[in-house]
Amino acid sequence: MPPATTTAGPAPAEGLRSARRRSAAWTAGLAVALVLTAVVCVAVGPVTIAPWTVLTIVQQALLGDPGGAGASAAEQTIVLDVRVPRVLLGAAVGAALAVCGAALQAMVRNPLADPYVLGISGGASTGAAAAILFGAGAALGQQALPTSAFLGALAAGVLVLTVARTAGRVTSVRLLLSGVAVGYALSALTSFLVFASGSAEGARSVMFWLLGSLSLARWDATLVAAVAVTVVGVAVLTAGARTLDVLGAGDATMHALGYSPSRARVALLVVVSLCTGVAVAAAGSIGFVGLVVPHLARRAVGALHARMLPVCALLGAVLLLWADVLARTLMAPRELPIGIVTAMVGAPFLLVLVRRARLGREP
Amino acid sequence: MIVADGVSHAYGDTAVLADVALRAADGEVLGLVGPNGSGKTTLLRALHRALVPDAGAVAVDGDDVDALSARSLARRVAVVVQSTDVESQLTAMDEVLLGRSPFLAPFRRAGTADEEIAARSLERVGAAHLAGREVATLSGGERQRVLVARALAQEPRYLLLDEPTNHLDVHYQHEVLHLVRDLDVTVVVVLHDLNLAARYCDRLVMIERGRVRAVGTPQDVLVPDLVEPVYGVRAQRVTAQDGCPQMLFAHRSGDGAPSAHHADVTDADVTDKVPARSG
Repeated sequence: MPPATTTAGPAPAEGLRSARRRSAAWTAGLAVALVLTAVVCVAVGPVTIAPWTVLTIVQQALLGDPGGAGASAAEQTIVLDVRVPRVLLGAAVGAALAVCGAALQAMVRNPLADPYVLGISGGASTGAAAAILFGAGAALGQQALPTSAFLGALAAGVLVLTVARTAGRVTSVRLLLSGVAVGYALSALTSFLVFASGSAEGARSVMFWLLGSLSLARWDATLVAAVAVTVVGVAVLTAGARTLDVLGAGDATMHALGYSPSRARVALLVVVSLCTGVAVAAAGSIGFVGLVVPHLARRAVGALHARMLPVCALLGAVLLLWADVLARTLMAPRELPIGIVTAMVGAPFLLVLVRRARLGREP
Repeated sequence: MIVADGVSHAYGDTAVLADVALRAADGEVLGLVGPNGSGKTTLLRALHRALVPDAGAVAVDGDDVDALSARSLARRVAVVVQSTDVESQLTAMDEVLLGRSPFLAPFRRAGTADEEIAARSLERVGAAHLAGREVATLSGGERQRVLVARALAQEPRYLLLDEPTNHLDVHYQHEVLHLVRDLDVTVVVVLHDLNLAARYCDRLVMIERGRVRAVGTPQDVLVPDLVEPVYGVRAQRVTAQDGCPQMLFAHRSGDGAPSAHHADVTDADVTDKVPARSG
């Protein structure tokens, strides 16, 4: 195909401007959607509270305004002590998982990567199982489970990195393989812990935790850590987005552009382990968010990480909150584990994406 | 000037480069040729320190590459890697903007000046119309031009290319090399095709099993008495109408077209150019 047949397109700078307008529009739209979603999520539940009342209660709490005009004490308790922390946690976990998924997909150059592929959630699960079944970290009281899960996640991240590192280099393939291997080993260890404890009650709570839930959200250190680490993590990854773009382009290109691939991967894995660690520690294993949301974000605004990561974070937060609404209402008064909802919605969604991508790529 | 001296490297027990020296003079197009596995790509990687050789030194403008940071080296030397390694979902413009990375602090975004440089780079390779296209959807020739544009966005003094004509049809092979030749940078290019090397390179370094077998102009290096043993083929040299030397090849068994007579080269010509250390 000689170049003469291709028609002249818009000037390069014009293309950049339109791409930026597009991502700005998506980011703004999703930010609005997140606020609306949060209000709805606080309003919906066993006791339905009018959205206007929700806003009034939150406003009063924020401004320290005494005297609830029109809101009962019960409503105030439900909104402020139960549902607002739950929504905050859901948004933080959704954003963290989605952004970590995007970062890992760039890091191992594989669109099927997510925080779970690298064994990090496996470590968190093992930590949680140890806490539930054998009272690991019992001295920490209420914080024993999340702390143990978080330490498990970090340990798994360090282990994956150590195994993948040979002769001072960390390659994508080795990282992926050691992640999968460590993940399987830790999953076996978790099952063994359940088996060895012989406690039916303990096994049930481990199972519940493995399937994921936001029901443990309350105003405590876990929530603060999840929100703070997520905000910082998303900001750092977005600011350093170009490194992710270059990572996705391959080691040879990284060298050519003056980057050290190994150093970039280590730095990234530290950030991702922290974010995934707090997310999994607070809400258990929630699959598919980290896998599917980055694909959606790329479809919306393209693959450049500087434009895609903010969309990814907001979309992950919105989708996880809606998944939580479904989890709370589908079998009310019983609550479904949110991991079941995300998997049921996410799996077919991924199939559609894969088929569409195939058709689009090979005309 | 890029100068490599005494470069040796082994992958495990397999020696790939043995005491290689080369010199790319300012403004020239230097071709690295040799059979598969002879060490051309490894040498190219050593030149921009994507690979740290076991022994030997590489200097760019007199500065040892070991002493330069990766970023400052990337401001002088740009590389076009084999395009089969590239599956970028970025648009061509965003891809070319990545070429500004060595000039930007890690957490700093590209500015208007960078965008102008990137747009100009795309125009220089005749790919401005591809700016908004996703790189992975481009044809081989278009993609190669975008990758050259990304290298140009680094505003380099030296451009290294690893088999830039791989998987391209004849039209694009000449298109890409013609483009590269016209740039006002010093070029080191790994080439499989000896006839492209003959046409577009000022000088050639022929590498055989990790050693420099011959150095010189295409006229000097592309002679049957050198090419035949190195590549294990029968070769005949002809002169194109424009005076460019070109090679014809046939299987060693002897029933192919090229004759065993090398009409336009005398033995004296050849032995002259073969370095003594060729083993």
